[in-house]
Amino acid sequence: MEIHIPTPLRAFTDRQETVSVPATTVAEGLENLVQKHSAMRAHLFTPEGKLRSFVNVYLNDEDVRYLPAKEDTTVADTDELTIIPSIAGGTPAAAGCCR
Amino acid sequence: MIDTTNLPKLTNEEIARYSRHLILPEVGMEGQQKLKAAKVLCVGTGGLGAPLALYLTAAGVGTIGLVDFDTVDESNLQRQIIHSQSTVGKLKVDSAEIMLKGLNKNVNVVKHNTMLTSANALEIFKDYDVIADGTDNFQTRYLVNDACVLTGKPNAYGSIFRFEGQASVFATEEGPCYRCLYPEPPPPGLVPSCAEGGVLGILPGLVGVIQATEVIKLILGIGEPLIGRLLLVDALGMSFRTLKLRKNPECPACGTHEIKQLIDYDQFCGIEKPAAVGPLEVSSHGKVDASAAIVEGIPQMSVEQLKARMDAGTAPFILDVREPHEYAIVNLGVPQIPVGSLPDRIAEIPVAKDAEIVVHCKSGARSQKASLALKQAGFTNVSNLAGGILAWADRIDPSLPKY
Ligand SMILES: [Zn+2]
Repeated sequence: MEIHIPTPLRAFTDRQETVSVPATTVAEGLENLVQKHSAMRAHLFTPEGKLRSFVNVYLNDEDVRYLPAKEDTTVADTDELTIIPSIAGGTPAAAGCCR
Repeated sequence: MIDTTNLPKLTNEEIARYSRHLILPEVGMEGQQKLKAAKVLCVGTGGLGAPLALYLTAAGVGTIGLVDFDTVDESNLQRQIIHSQSTVGKLKVDSAEIMLKGLNKNVNVVKHNTMLTSANALEIFKDYDVIADGTDNFQTRYLVNDACVLTGKPNAYGSIFRFEGQASVFATEEGPCYRCLYPEPPPPGLVPSCAEGGVLGILPGLVGVIQATEVIKLILGIGEPLIGRLLLVDALGMSFRTLKLRKNPECPACGTHEIKQLIDYDQFCGIEKPAAVGPLEVSSHGKVDASAAIVEGIPQMSVEQLKARMDAGTAPFILDVREPHEYAIVNLGVPQIPVGSLPDRIAEIPVAKDAEIVVHCKSGARSQKASLALKQAGFTNVSNLAGGILAWADRIDPSLPKY
């Protein structure tokens, strides 16, 4: 399946916008993603292996949190996972970071 | 949203001015009168607020509130088209007013030259019909959200990052709020650093105009606003996707309503008050305190100290941990490995584990992170160049450009 990587996380996927991984469930897809790009792991999962609460994962256009089987939902090759980043930008010059 | 029983009349001049609206049946006389009656608050007059306020003003929105505490800098003009060369140095609210009044003499501009805070947000919001959030940090995002939920005002939300944008309408009675999507902010350490910062100048134009479109639809009561939907804009692929958002019954703001008043959003977002030298996550957010000799076990070298060592011919190995595109802007002619790929590229460091290494980046935060990574990888003599290449350009070689 294809996983869409948001810009802030593309630094960890060699700038790739989508990553293809084999998967039968949402959880497996994410696990294969972080296997492939190990630096992603800390950004997506807590040290205990739980998906971080500020990371939103969508299966097609549905929030995985609201699917009955959640991360255990089975997926097909044609399904798409999208990781939604928290972005706050509006006027980056005033963001206190990049002065 | 707009009380239609007592709509303001349009003058003949206004009827002529807005004729392209009036001949649209979906707008018509009553719609244009609703726009005239409407009061919209633009939080921020930056990249998103600029096109937003300009188009709302052009469209005939009667009252535009502007919240900003900043002044116009020339580097804003790459995207903040509400300001101009002639207003550099002026307060942004004053600069924006000049442009808006120049575009439409009928607009009533209300200037709030202040930082939006928990203490003033409810008071400011109460006079408006729609809030348009074009701010630039998580603290204000949550503040605007909670204040919208508490005052019952819809929030036309937009956000941008590099080539990517998001838009939605939050905090309507039936729809979800920002907290339903993002129950908590990312820890500051996981927020993209300066390395991944930057934004394509036209992108806020694109997203800000989407926000303006949503504001107009809300005022007119037409179409399908982005309530319960998140629009994702990818300017590089030029693809637009919408995802379904749900109202979270457990949401402390719009679900359980346990948030009854505004809170301390700096604390909520894990941001320490300025001047505090915090843990890595916090310091990586801003500058590492250059006056501290040792931060988290990493000695901090000043640019003067490094210069003296270079002049004496005893320069340590210097490593630049910025990104290639930053290196292309300005560099010290030293080897470079971006901080993100450092763990995988440790083997490329051409000196022994006990050799002295000084790490630098733009302003000292990423290099602090990199120093810790090097230390963890077994290097025993690692220092961080306090203030980074900006300090070098300021205090050692003023001929270098700053970015
Ligand atoms: Zn909510």
